[in-house]
Amino acid sequence: MDLSLLPDGGMRWLDASGPKSTIVLSTRIRLARNVRGVPFSQRAKDADRTAVLERVIEAAAASDHLSAAVTFRLDQMERAERQLLHERHLVSKELAGLERESRPRAGAALLVQDQVGVMVNEEDHLRLHGMWSGFDLEDAYAEVEAVDAELGRLVPFAFHHEFGYLTSCPTNAGTGLRASVLIHLPGLVLTKEINKVLQGLSQVGLTFRGLYGENSEVVGNFFQLSNQTTLGKTEDELIDHLGKIVRQVVEYEEQARDVLLRTAPEEVEDKTWRAYGLLKHARLLSFEETMNLLSGVRLGVGLKLLPGPGVYALNKLLIYTQPAHLAAMDGRSTGDRELPTVRAAFVRRLLEAESS
Amino acid sequence: MLCDNCKERDAIINLTQVEHDSKVTLHLCEQCAQQKGVETGGAILKTPLGNFLGAVVKGGGTAGALVPASGDGMRCPACGSTLRDFRDSGRLGCDQCYVSFDTHLRDLLRRLHGSSQHVGERYDLPGMGGEAGAGSDADPRSSLLELKAQLRRAVEGENFELAAELRDRIRVLE
Repeated sequence: MDLSLLPDGGMRWLDASGPKSTIVLSTRIRLARNVRGVPFSQRAKDADRTAVLERVIEAAAASDHLSAAVTFRLDQMERAERQLLHERHLVSKELAGLERESRPRAGAALLVQDQVGVMVNEEDHLRLHGMWSGFDLEDAYAEVEAVDAELGRLVPFAFHHEFGYLTSCPTNAGTGLRASVLIHLPGLVLTKEINKVLQGLSQVGLTFRGLYGENSEVVGNFFQLSNQTTLGKTEDELIDHLGKIVRQVVEYEEQARDVLLRTAPEEVEDKTWRAYGLLKHARLLSFEETMNLLSGVRLGVGLKLLPGPGVYALNKLLIYTQPAHLAAMDGRSTGDRELPTVRAAFVRRLLEAESS
Repeated sequence: MLCDNCKERDAIINLTQVEHDSKVTLHLCEQCAQQKGVETGGAILKTPLGNFLGAVVKGGGTAGALVPASGDGMRCPACGSTLRDFRDSGRLGCDQCYVSFDTHLRDLLRRLHGSSQHVGERYDLPGMGGEAGAGSDADPRSSLLELKAQLRRAVEGENFELAAELRDRIRVLE
């Protein structure tokens, strides 16, 4: 696998160029689509899945948006490489076959060009997706919708006059749209307002997940907020609604940070500098500790309590301190016992380069 | 600042207690705070995600459980999967399942999404002028007249939830 084929490693969203990017890391849009008349991925035979992949590759080549797409055949890749793509948020755990004792399905693949891509033979035959820097639902949706329109003219999608786009799980039927933002909420966690906010989300038809989507844990105060329902509302309504709520959550987070600065300025300053100091000097770092320390530093940078590092560097650290990335950089296996040492050395190097 | 108790971890909680008329403030880490019976935000977050979502279905195997077992024997002629399979796995076998099990699925979709009527982007099959897809082939129930008759019957039967749904569908078609 050659990730260098991808400009920015398929992660332009890391560059922190988007709106509100100190609080909102990224915006993601995905559309679930299936090929008409072919059994859904879980029920399909290997030959069906391979045929689906061939059709998608053919359609992509004939399209504008994906004509130069790089194709990764997950079913032909080593586990460490699949994990690398997963750590970059380019493929789901299911597609990468990373769940316990699972393997990727035959025909499991990722096509990616610039900021958009298609997962093939995931839970649905096609999962079109795009990831944008910061809080930018409109641009992300416009681009993914354009890919959808193009592919839909070349591949017949399963669509029902009443139920809309048909998906393997009825929770995605209708629009097949999941819009989500990855948001950093340390202020709300520290002021213990977070549970109120999260509970409020479920009452307005939204849901939250951890850093890696469904069933993942919350680490480093990063939350993924997304729409819960996909049917009975238009795509624009779903996106507007999510946007409105996210703006509100960002406001709450900013208020919480103000409260922290007003009521406990020394403690907050101490916490962020302490996190920065540990990252800069620690000799052993677990992934979870790194995430939590990065959260503290990010808060300090957002509040201008710390002079640096830049948000781009912090974003890069989030991705490159994960096991498969460290292992790949250092020619080790992902289970290597020395990864905490390698991680700490990498973090030190990057932070030194930032401050020089 | 380090925890006053263990002196190892970062203090994240300021616990103020009144003992013998004097105020004592302890700076504690999450673990020590928990040992002292203080509920921390972090601890709540570490309980399984989405616990509070309770009955709300989060996909991946749970949606099927909302379908009553009475239809277990029903089989989709296109892919051979049964409604029982769906109840077990939460995943349907193929696009035609939506037609084969439409009554059950309409009910499920309403419970999951509050509606079963797609109002988003319409889709035209490539190479065909009109809209098409599984089960759309001149479905008589989608005709306006039939929908209006169903609406009348629903109102007469005081089935207002269905009536509201039908009214929305009629609006879309009109």
